[in-house]
Amino acid sequence: MAARAIWKGQIKIGTTKVPVKLYSAVQDRTVRFNILDDRNKMRVKQHMVDPDSGDEVPTEEIQKGYEIEPGRFVILTAEDLEKLQPPASRDIEIEEFVDQDEISQQWFERPYYLGPDNGSQEYFALAEALKNQEKEGVAHWVMRNKYYSGVLRSIEDYLYLFTLKDAKEVISAKDLAKPAGAAPTQKELTMAKQLVEMLRGDFNAADYKDEYRDRVEKFIAQKAKGRAPRLQAVKTKRKSDDLNAALEKSLAALKKGKRAA
Amino acid sequence: MPVNLFPATRSNRASLRMLGPDGQPLARKYYAEKTGKDLDADEVVRGYAVDKNKYVVVTDEELERLQPEKTRDIDLKQFVPADSIPPLYFERGYFLTPAAGSQKAYKLLAETMNKSDLAGVATFVMRGKEYLVAIFSDNGILRAETMRFEDELRSPSDVGLPKKKDVPKAAVTKFEKLIKNKSKKRFSTKELADKQTDDLLKLVKQKQKKRVNVVKVETEDTNHKVIDLVQILKKSLAGK
Repeated sequence: MAARAIWKGQIKIGTTKVPVKLYSAVQDRTVRFNILDDRNKMRVKQHMVDPDSGDEVPTEEIQKGYEIEPGRFVILTAEDLEKLQPPASRDIEIEEFVDQDEISQQWFERPYYLGPDNGSQEYFALAEALKNQEKEGVAHWVMRNKYYSGVLRSIEDYLYLFTLKDAKEVISAKDLAKPAGAAPTQKELTMAKQLVEMLRGDFNAADYKDEYRDRVEKFIAQKAKGRAPRLQAVKTKRKSDDLNAALEKSLAALKKGKRAA
Repeated sequence: MPVNLFPATRSNRASLRMLGPDGQPLARKYYAEKTGKDLDADEVVRGYAVDKNKYVVVTDEELERLQPEKTRDIDLKQFVPADSIPPLYFERGYFLTPAAGSQKAYKLLAETMNKSDLAGVATFVMRGKEYLVAIFSDNGILRAETMRFEDELRSPSDVGLPKKKDVPKAAVTKFEKLIKNKSKKRFSTKELADKQTDDLLKLVKQKQKKRVNVVKVETEDTNHKVIDLVQILKKSLAGK
Protein backbone atom coordinates (compact mmCIF):
# COMPACT_ATOMS: atom_id res chain seq x y z
CA MET A 1 0.00 0.00 0.00
CA ALA A 2 1.36 3.38 -0.98
CA ALA A 3 2.31 5.69 1.87
CA ARG A 4 0.60 9.00 2.44
CA ALA A 5 2.55 12.19 1.87
CA ILE A 6 3.14 14.08 5.09
CA TRP A 7 3.80 17.44 3.47
CA LYS A 8 3.66 19.18 0.10
CA GLY A 9 6.09 21.81 -1.08
CA GLN A 10 8.51 22.79 -3.81
CA ILE A 11 12.24 22.58 -4.26
CA LYS A 12 13.44 26.09 -5.05
CA ILE A 13 16.80 26.62 -6.71
CA GLY A 14 17.09 30.29 -7.64
CA THR A 15 13.91 30.92 -9.60
CA THR A 16 13.46 27.30 -10.65
CA LYS A 17 10.78 25.40 -8.76
CA VAL A 18 10.09 21.67 -8.64
CA PRO A 19 6.85 20.68 -6.85
CA VAL A 20 7.29 17.68 -4.54
CA LYS A 21 5.53 15.59 -1.92
CA LEU A 22 7.38 14.51 1.20
CA TYR A 23 7.17 10.98 2.65
CA SER A 24 8.91 9.44 5.63
CA ALA A 25 11.57 6.94 4.57
CA VAL A 26 11.46 5.40 8.04
CA GLN A 27 8.95 2.78 9.06
CA ASP A 28 8.55 2.67 12.82
CA ARG A 29 8.85 -0.94 14.00
CA THR A 30 9.10 -0.32 17.72
CA VAL A 31 6.95 -2.68 19.76
CA ARG A 32 4.52 -0.22 21.32
CA PHE A 33 2.76 -0.82 24.60
CA ASN A 34 -0.22 0.86 26.18
CA ILE A 35 -0.29 1.70 29.85
CA LEU A 36 -3.12 -0.14 31.60
CA ASP A 37 -4.78 0.06 35.00
CA ASP A 38 -3.55 -3.10 36.76
CA ARG A 39 -6.96 -3.74 38.41
CA ASN A 40 -9.14 -3.93 35.33
CA LYS A 41 -6.61 -3.87 32.44
CA MET A 42 -8.23 -0.78 30.96
CA ARG A 43 -6.34 2.00 29.17
CA VAL A 44 -5.36 4.88 31.42
CA LYS A 45 -5.35 8.61 30.65
CA GLN A 46 -2.78 11.25 31.52
CA HIS A 47 -3.14 14.69 33.01
CA MET A 48 -0.98 17.32 34.67
CA VAL A 49 -1.17 17.68 38.44
CA ASP A 50 0.25 20.02 41.02
CA PRO A 51 2.69 17.69 42.83
CA ASP A 52 2.08 19.36 46.22
CA SER A 53 -1.73 19.32 46.31
CA GLY A 54 -2.21 16.44 43.90
CA ASP A 55 -4.90 18.51 42.16
CA GLU A 56 -5.35 18.39 38.42
CA VAL A 57 -4.38 21.58 36.58
CA PRO A 58 -6.66 22.10 33.56
CA THR A 59 -5.00 22.67 30.19
CA GLU A 60 -6.09 26.32 29.95
CA GLU A 61 -4.29 27.14 33.23
CA ILE A 62 -0.98 25.52 32.23
CA GLN A 63 1.85 27.91 31.45
CA LYS A 64 5.12 27.18 29.68
CA GLY A 65 8.36 28.27 31.29
CA TYR A 66 12.07 28.18 30.56
CA GLU A 67 14.17 27.34 33.63
CA ILE A 68 16.97 29.90 33.94
CA GLU A 69 18.24 28.57 37.27
CA PRO A 70 16.90 25.90 39.62
CA GLY A 71 13.33 26.88 40.48
CA ARG A 72 13.43 30.13 38.51
CA PHE A 73 11.41 30.30 35.30
CA VAL A 74 10.75 32.83 32.57
CA ILE A 75 7.19 32.30 31.40
CA LEU A 76 6.62 32.32 27.67
CA THR A 77 3.08 33.31 26.86
CA ALA A 78 1.05 31.89 23.98
CA GLU A 79 1.65 35.19 22.22
CA ASP A 80 5.45 34.91 22.69
CA LEU A 81 5.45 31.39 21.33
CA GLU A 82 3.41 32.39 18.32
CA LYS A 83 5.85 35.20 17.54
CA LEU A 84 8.75 32.72 17.65
CA GLN A 85 7.18 30.58 14.94
CA PRO A 86 8.81 30.90 11.52
CA PRO A 87 6.71 32.36 8.69
CA ALA A 88 4.84 29.62 6.83
CA SER A 89 6.38 28.61 3.52
CA ARG A 90 6.23 25.77 0.99
CA ASP A 91 9.76 26.31 -0.31
CA ILE A 92 12.62 23.90 0.18
CA GLU A 93 15.27 26.51 -0.48
CA ILE A 94 18.52 25.22 -2.01
CA GLU A 95 21.18 27.88 -1.91
CA GLU A 96 24.30 25.85 -2.53
CA PHE A 97 25.59 22.46 -3.61
CA VAL A 98 28.56 20.55 -2.20
CA ASP A 99 30.33 17.25 -2.95
CA GLN A 100 28.56 14.19 -1.53
CA ASP A 101 31.31 13.37 0.99
CA GLU A 102 31.66 16.95 2.27
CA ILE A 103 29.12 16.63 5.10
CA SER A 104 30.08 13.96 7.65
CA GLN A 105 27.60 11.18 8.42
CA GLN A 106 27.64 12.50 12.00
CA TRP A 107 25.20 15.23 10.95
CA PHE A 108 22.56 13.06 9.29
CA GLU A 109 19.38 12.70 11.29
CA ARG A 110 16.31 11.45 9.45
CA PRO A 111 15.66 10.50 5.83
CA TYR A 112 12.60 11.48 3.79
CA TYR A 113 11.63 10.64 0.25
CA LEU A 114 10.60 13.39 -2.09
CA GLY A 115 8.14 12.28 -4.74
CA PRO A 116 7.06 14.20 -7.84
CA ASP A 117 3.93 16.34 -7.66
CA ASN A 118 2.16 17.72 -10.74
CA GLY A 119 4.28 16.06 -13.41
CA SER A 120 7.51 14.17 -12.99
CA GLN A 121 9.84 15.44 -15.73
CA GLU A 122 11.51 18.20 -13.72
CA TYR A 123 11.77 15.89 -10.72
CA PHE A 124 13.59 13.12 -12.56
CA ALA A 125 15.72 15.65 -14.47
CA LEU A 126 16.94 17.18 -11.18
CA ALA A 127 17.62 13.73 -9.72
CA GLU A 128 19.65 12.79 -12.78
CA ALA A 129 21.61 16.06 -12.76
CA LEU A 130 22.50 15.64 -9.06
CA LYS A 131 23.60 12.08 -9.68
CA ASN A 132 25.73 12.99 -12.71
CA GLN A 133 27.51 15.72 -10.79
CA GLU A 134 27.83 13.70 -7.54
CA LYS A 135 26.59 16.71 -5.60
CA GLU A 136 24.01 17.29 -2.91
CA GLY A 137 22.06 20.45 -2.18
CA VAL A 138 22.08 22.22 1.18
CA ALA A 139 18.41 22.75 2.01
CA HIS A 140 16.41 24.97 4.35
CA TRP A 141 12.68 24.80 4.81
CA VAL A 142 9.82 25.36 7.23
CA MET A 143 7.49 22.50 8.01
CA ARG A 144 4.79 22.44 10.67
CA ASN A 145 5.96 25.69 12.33
CA LYS A 146 9.56 24.59 12.58
CA TYR A 147 12.75 25.46 10.70
CA TYR A 148 14.67 22.55 9.18
CA SER A 149 18.13 22.25 7.66
CA GLY A 150 19.06 19.31 5.50
CA VAL A 151 20.52 17.96 2.32
CA LEU A 152 18.87 17.09 -0.96
CA ARG A 153 20.43 13.97 -2.39
CA SER A 154 19.79 11.73 -5.35
CA ILE A 155 19.97 7.97 -4.78
CA GLU A 156 19.04 5.54 -7.56
CA ASP A 157 16.80 7.89 -9.59
CA TYR A 158 14.96 9.35 -6.58
CA LEU A 159 15.35 12.48 -4.52
CA TYR A 160 15.85 12.20 -0.76
CA LEU A 161 15.75 14.94 1.80
CA PHE A 162 17.79 14.27 4.95
CA THR A 163 17.32 16.46 7.98
CA LEU A 164 20.61 17.43 9.59
CA LYS A 165 21.35 17.97 13.28
CA ASP A 166 21.76 21.48 14.65
CA ALA A 167 25.17 23.19 14.69
CA LYS A 168 25.50 23.17 18.48
CA GLU A 169 24.20 19.63 18.83
CA VAL A 170 27.12 17.68 17.38
CA ILE A 171 30.48 17.20 19.12
CA SER A 172 33.34 16.88 16.67
CA ALA A 173 36.21 14.46 17.30
CA LYS A 174 38.47 17.33 16.24
CA ASP A 175 37.64 19.11 19.50
CA LEU A 176 38.79 16.14 21.59
CA ALA A 177 42.29 14.83 22.30
CA LYS A 178 43.46 11.42 21.12
CA PRO A 179 43.24 8.73 23.82
CA ALA A 180 46.19 8.32 26.18
CA GLY A 181 48.40 5.25 26.19
CA ALA A 182 51.29 3.67 24.33
CA ALA A 183 51.20 3.28 20.56
CA PRO A 184 50.62 -0.28 19.33
CA THR A 185 53.67 -2.30 18.30
CA GLN A 186 54.35 -3.39 14.72
CA LYS A 187 53.55 -7.00 15.61
CA GLU A 188 50.18 -6.00 17.03
CA LEU A 189 49.41 -3.85 14.00
CA THR A 190 50.19 -6.72 11.66
CA MET A 191 47.97 -9.12 13.60
CA ALA A 192 45.17 -6.59 13.83
CA LYS A 193 45.37 -5.95 10.10
CA GLN A 194 45.09 -9.69 9.41
CA LEU A 195 42.09 -9.89 11.68
CA VAL A 196 40.40 -6.92 10.05
CA GLU A 197 41.10 -8.25 6.55
CA MET A 198 39.50 -11.57 7.42
CA LEU A 199 36.33 -9.80 8.45
CA ARG A 200 36.33 -7.48 5.44
CA GLY A 201 33.28 -7.50 3.25
CA ASP A 202 30.58 -5.39 1.65
CA PHE A 203 27.88 -3.81 3.77
CA ASN A 204 24.62 -5.66 3.34
CA ALA A 205 21.86 -4.40 5.59
CA ALA A 206 19.88 -7.63 5.18
CA ASP A 207 22.59 -9.47 7.15
CA TYR A 208 21.42 -7.81 10.37
CA LYS A 209 18.16 -8.34 12.21
CA ASP A 210 16.82 -6.78 15.36
CA GLU A 211 16.81 -10.02 17.34
CA TYR A 212 15.54 -8.44 20.53
CA ARG A 213 12.48 -7.06 18.74
CA ASP A 214 11.88 -10.45 17.11
CA ARG A 215 12.01 -12.15 20.52
CA VAL A 216 9.59 -9.65 22.07
CA GLU A 217 7.14 -10.01 19.17
CA LYS A 218 7.30 -13.81 19.30
CA PHE A 219 6.85 -13.83 23.06
CA ILE A 220 3.78 -11.57 22.82
CA ALA A 221 2.27 -13.75 20.08
CA GLN A 222 2.72 -16.86 22.23
CA LYS A 223 1.39 -15.17 25.32
CA ALA A 224 -1.67 -14.01 23.39
CA LYS A 225 -2.42 -17.68 22.69
CA GLY A 226 -2.04 -18.42 26.39
CA ARG A 227 1.31 -20.16 26.02
CA ALA A 228 3.89 -18.05 27.78
CA PRO A 229 7.25 -19.76 27.49
CA ARG A 230 9.61 -19.88 30.45
CA LEU A 231 12.40 -17.37 30.14
CA GLN A 232 15.94 -17.74 31.34
CA ALA A 233 17.57 -15.13 33.55
CA VAL A 234 19.98 -12.82 31.74
CA LYS A 235 23.59 -13.93 31.78
CA THR A 236 26.61 -11.72 32.08
CA LYS A 237 29.68 -12.36 29.95
CA ARG A 238 33.25 -11.84 31.10
CA LYS A 239 36.32 -11.54 28.93
CA SER A 240 40.08 -11.49 29.42
CA ASP A 241 42.08 -8.26 29.30
CA ASP A 242 45.20 -9.71 27.68
CA LEU A 243 45.31 -8.08 24.24
CA ASN A 244 47.81 -10.39 22.56
CA ALA A 245 46.10 -13.51 23.79
CA ALA A 246 42.74 -12.11 22.69
CA LEU A 247 44.05 -11.25 19.20
CA GLU A 248 45.56 -14.68 18.77
CA LYS A 249 42.40 -16.34 19.98
CA SER A 250 40.24 -14.32 17.60
CA LEU A 251 42.52 -15.07 14.66
CA ALA A 252 42.55 -18.77 15.45
CA ALA A 253 38.76 -18.82 15.75
CA LEU A 254 38.35 -17.03 12.42
CA LYS A 255 40.79 -19.32 10.62
CA LYS A 256 38.97 -22.35 11.95
CA GLY A 257 35.64 -20.87 10.84
CA LYS A 258 36.97 -20.24 7.34
CA ARG A 259 38.23 -23.82 6.99
CA ALA A 260 34.94 -25.20 8.13
CA ALA A 261 33.00 -23.06 5.63
CA MET B 1 37.19 -4.91 24.40
CA PRO B 2 35.41 -3.00 27.14
CA VAL B 3 34.64 0.61 26.32
CA ASN B 4 32.79 3.55 27.77
CA LEU B 5 30.07 5.10 25.73
CA PHE B 6 29.22 8.78 25.58
CA PRO B 7 26.73 10.57 23.36
CA ALA B 8 28.34 12.54 20.54
CA THR B 9 25.41 14.92 20.53
CA ARG B 10 24.00 17.21 23.16
CA SER B 11 20.50 18.53 23.15
CA ASN B 12 20.39 22.06 21.88
CA ARG B 13 16.62 22.40 21.97
CA ALA B 14 15.45 24.67 24.74
CA SER B 15 12.94 22.49 26.53
CA LEU B 16 10.05 24.26 28.18
CA ARG B 17 8.48 23.05 31.41
CA MET B 18 4.76 22.87 32.06
CA LEU B 19 3.96 25.11 35.00
CA GLY B 20 0.85 25.76 37.10
CA PRO B 21 -0.84 29.16 37.58
CA ASP B 22 1.71 30.09 40.30
CA GLY B 23 4.68 28.86 38.30
CA GLN B 24 5.04 25.54 40.10
CA PRO B 25 6.43 22.71 37.89
CA LEU B 26 3.69 20.17 37.15
CA ALA B 27 3.92 16.41 37.13
CA ARG B 28 2.39 14.13 34.52
CA LYS B 29 0.18 11.49 36.12
CA TYR B 30 -1.75 8.47 34.91
CA TYR B 31 -5.37 8.25 36.01
CA ALA B 32 -8.28 5.87 35.58
CA GLU B 33 -10.86 7.42 33.28
CA LYS B 34 -13.91 6.01 35.06
CA THR B 35 -13.05 6.89 38.64
CA GLY B 36 -10.68 9.80 38.00
CA LYS B 37 -8.30 8.22 40.51
CA ASP B 38 -4.58 8.92 40.04
CA LEU B 39 -2.49 5.81 39.58
CA ASP B 40 1.05 5.28 40.84
CA ALA B 41 3.73 3.42 38.92
CA ASP B 42 2.96 0.16 40.75
CA GLU B 43 -0.73 0.40 39.86
CA VAL B 44 -0.21 0.32 36.11
CA VAL B 45 1.04 -2.40 33.76
CA ARG B 46 2.26 -2.52 30.19
CA GLY B 47 -0.11 -4.04 27.64
CA TYR B 48 0.27 -4.92 23.97
CA ALA B 49 -2.95 -4.39 21.99
CA VAL B 50 -3.91 -7.58 20.15
CA ASP B 51 -7.50 -6.59 19.52
CA LYS B 52 -9.85 -3.79 20.45
CA ASN B 53 -9.80 -3.59 24.29
CA LYS B 54 -7.80 -6.81 24.42
CA TYR B 55 -4.25 -6.62 25.67
CA VAL B 56 -1.42 -9.00 26.42
CA VAL B 57 0.22 -7.84 29.63
CA VAL B 58 4.01 -7.93 29.52
CA THR B 59 5.93 -7.43 32.75
CA ASP B 60 9.25 -5.67 33.28
CA GLU B 61 10.78 -8.97 34.30
CA GLU B 62 9.67 -10.67 31.09
CA LEU B 63 11.15 -7.90 28.97
CA GLU B 64 14.35 -8.08 30.96
CA ARG B 65 14.61 -11.78 30.32
CA LEU B 66 14.11 -11.26 26.59
CA GLN B 67 17.03 -8.86 26.60
CA PRO B 68 20.31 -9.84 25.05
CA GLU B 69 23.13 -11.04 27.26
CA LYS B 70 24.58 -8.25 29.32
CA THR B 71 28.00 -7.49 27.95
CA ARG B 72 30.10 -4.40 27.43
CA ASP B 73 31.69 -5.84 24.30
CA ILE B 74 31.41 -4.36 20.88
CA ASP B 75 30.84 -7.45 18.82
CA LEU B 76 32.49 -6.58 15.52
CA LYS B 77 30.86 -8.60 12.79
CA GLN B 78 32.42 -7.15 9.71
CA PHE B 79 34.62 -4.40 8.30
CA VAL B 80 33.40 -2.48 5.28
CA PRO B 81 34.75 0.46 3.24
CA ALA B 82 34.11 3.51 5.42
CA ASP B 83 32.11 5.37 2.77
CA SER B 84 29.97 2.43 1.66
CA ILE B 85 27.14 2.66 4.21
CA PRO B 86 24.25 4.78 2.90
CA PRO B 87 23.37 7.72 5.20
CA LEU B 88 19.78 6.41 5.39
CA TYR B 89 20.90 4.08 8.15
CA PHE B 90 22.48 6.50 10.59
CA GLU B 91 20.52 7.53 13.62
CA ARG B 92 22.58 8.74 16.56
CA GLY B 93 26.25 9.18 17.31
CA TYR B 94 28.32 8.05 20.31
CA PHE B 95 31.98 8.29 21.15
CA LEU B 96 33.65 5.20 22.50
CA THR B 97 36.44 5.76 24.98
CA PRO B 98 38.78 3.06 26.32
CA ALA B 99 37.75 1.51 29.64
CA ALA B 100 40.32 0.41 32.21
CA GLY B 101 42.82 -1.96 30.64
CA SER B 102 41.59 -1.61 27.07
CA GLN B 103 43.62 1.41 25.97
CA LYS B 104 46.03 -0.67 23.90
CA ALA B 105 43.34 -2.63 22.11
CA TYR B 106 41.41 0.57 21.52
CA LYS B 107 44.34 2.40 19.95
CA LEU B 108 45.23 -0.63 17.89
CA LEU B 109 41.74 -0.89 16.43
CA ALA B 110 41.48 2.85 15.75
CA GLU B 111 44.82 2.92 13.95
CA THR B 112 44.18 -0.24 11.94
CA MET B 113 40.78 1.02 10.77
CA ASN B 114 42.17 4.42 9.92
CA LYS B 115 45.02 2.96 7.85
CA SER B 116 42.74 0.75 5.80
CA ASP B 117 39.87 3.27 5.54
CA LEU B 118 37.40 0.79 6.96
CA ALA B 119 34.39 1.10 9.23
CA GLY B 120 33.38 -1.70 11.56
CA VAL B 121 29.84 -3.03 11.65
CA ALA B 122 29.03 -4.25 15.11
CA THR B 123 26.27 -5.06 17.51
CA PHE B 124 26.26 -3.52 20.91
CA VAL B 125 24.10 -3.87 23.98
CA MET B 126 22.98 -0.68 25.64
CA ARG B 127 20.23 -0.27 28.20
CA GLY B 128 18.89 -3.73 27.52
CA LYS B 129 18.58 -3.26 23.79
CA GLU B 130 20.76 -4.56 21.02
CA TYR B 131 21.97 -1.86 18.66
CA LEU B 132 23.48 -2.18 15.23
CA VAL B 133 26.29 0.34 14.89
CA ALA B 134 28.84 1.47 12.37
CA ILE B 135 32.15 2.32 14.00
CA PHE B 136 34.38 4.92 12.43
CA SER B 137 37.92 5.85 13.32
CA ASP B 138 37.67 9.61 13.60
CA ASN B 139 40.87 11.50 14.52
CA GLY B 140 42.14 8.55 16.57
CA ILE B 141 38.82 8.25 18.38
CA LEU B 142 36.24 5.55 17.77
CA ARG B 143 32.82 6.92 16.96
CA ALA B 144 29.76 4.68 16.74
CA GLU B 145 26.68 5.66 14.77
CA THR B 146 23.64 3.60 15.68
CA MET B 147 21.89 2.29 12.58
CA ARG B 148 18.34 1.53 11.58
CA PHE B 149 17.62 -2.05 10.61
CA GLU B 150 16.72 -2.75 7.00
CA ASP B 151 13.06 -3.38 7.78
CA GLU B 152 12.80 0.08 9.37
CA LEU B 153 13.40 1.72 6.00
CA ARG B 154 10.90 2.02 3.19
CA SER B 155 11.81 1.42 -0.42
CA PRO B 156 10.62 3.77 -3.19
CA SER B 157 8.00 1.17 -4.16
CA ASP B 158 6.80 0.87 -0.52
CA VAL B 159 6.13 4.60 -0.66
CA GLY B 160 4.52 4.28 -4.08
CA LEU B 161 6.88 6.54 -6.01
CA PRO B 162 6.42 6.34 -9.78
CA LYS B 163 8.97 4.54 -11.96
CA LYS B 164 11.51 6.79 -13.62
CA LYS B 165 10.60 8.07 -17.08
CA ASP B 166 13.19 9.14 -19.61
CA VAL B 167 13.69 12.87 -19.49
CA PRO B 168 14.90 15.11 -22.30
CA LYS B 169 18.63 15.79 -22.17
CA ALA B 170 17.96 19.55 -22.19
CA ALA B 171 16.01 19.34 -18.90
CA VAL B 172 18.94 17.58 -17.21
CA THR B 173 21.49 20.03 -18.65
CA LYS B 174 19.47 22.95 -17.29
CA PHE B 175 19.78 21.55 -13.74
CA GLU B 176 23.42 20.59 -14.21
CA LYS B 177 24.19 24.23 -15.05
CA LEU B 178 22.26 25.45 -12.02
CA ILE B 179 24.12 23.03 -9.75
CA LYS B 180 27.49 24.04 -11.17
CA ASN B 181 26.75 27.73 -10.65
CA LYS B 182 25.76 27.20 -7.06
CA SER B 183 28.47 24.72 -6.07
CA LYS B 184 30.80 25.38 -3.18
CA LYS B 185 33.94 23.59 -2.05
CA ARG B 186 33.32 23.76 1.68
CA PHE B 187 30.26 23.32 3.81
CA SER B 188 30.04 25.40 6.95
CA THR B 189 28.08 24.05 9.89
CA LYS B 190 27.07 27.66 10.56
CA GLU B 191 24.37 26.84 8.03
CA LEU B 192 22.88 24.52 10.63
CA ALA B 193 22.27 27.16 13.27
CA ASP B 194 19.00 26.52 15.10
CA LYS B 195 17.45 29.95 14.63
CA GLN B 196 14.29 29.06 16.49
CA THR B 197 16.12 28.07 19.68
CA ASP B 198 18.43 31.07 19.41
CA ASP B 199 15.41 33.40 19.08
CA LEU B 200 13.71 31.75 22.04
CA LEU B 201 16.79 32.15 24.23
CA LYS B 202 17.10 35.78 23.16
CA LEU B 203 13.51 36.43 24.17
CA VAL B 204 14.08 34.67 27.52
CA LYS B 205 17.09 36.93 28.19
CA GLN B 206 15.13 40.06 27.31
CA LYS B 207 12.29 39.12 29.62
CA GLN B 208 14.71 38.21 32.39
CA LYS B 209 16.42 41.58 32.08
CA LYS B 210 13.13 43.46 32.14
CA ARG B 211 11.86 41.13 34.90
CA VAL B 212 8.72 40.35 32.95
CA ASN B 213 7.04 36.99 33.65
CA VAL B 214 9.84 35.73 35.89
CA VAL B 215 8.69 33.40 38.68
CA LYS B 216 10.63 31.81 41.50
CA VAL B 217 9.25 28.73 43.23
CA GLU B 218 10.42 26.36 45.92
CA THR B 219 10.86 23.03 44.18
CA GLU B 220 13.06 19.99 44.30
CA ASP B 221 12.01 19.15 40.78
CA THR B 222 14.59 20.88 38.64
CA ASN B 223 15.87 20.08 35.16
CA HIS B 224 18.54 22.69 35.40
CA LYS B 225 21.78 20.80 35.06
CA VAL B 226 24.80 22.08 33.22
CA ILE B 227 26.85 19.18 31.91
CA ASP B 228 29.93 19.85 29.85
CA LEU B 229 30.07 16.74 27.71
CA VAL B 230 33.26 17.79 25.93
CA GLN B 231 35.13 18.01 29.26
CA ILE B 232 33.82 14.61 30.34
CA LEU B 233 34.91 13.08 27.04
CA LYS B 234 38.36 14.63 27.26
CA LYS B 235 38.82 13.23 30.76
CA SER B 236 37.71 9.77 29.72
CA LEU B 237 40.02 9.73 26.68
CA ALA B 238 42.93 10.76 28.90
CA GLY B 239 42.18 7.70 31.05
CA LYS B 240 41.13 9.71 34.10
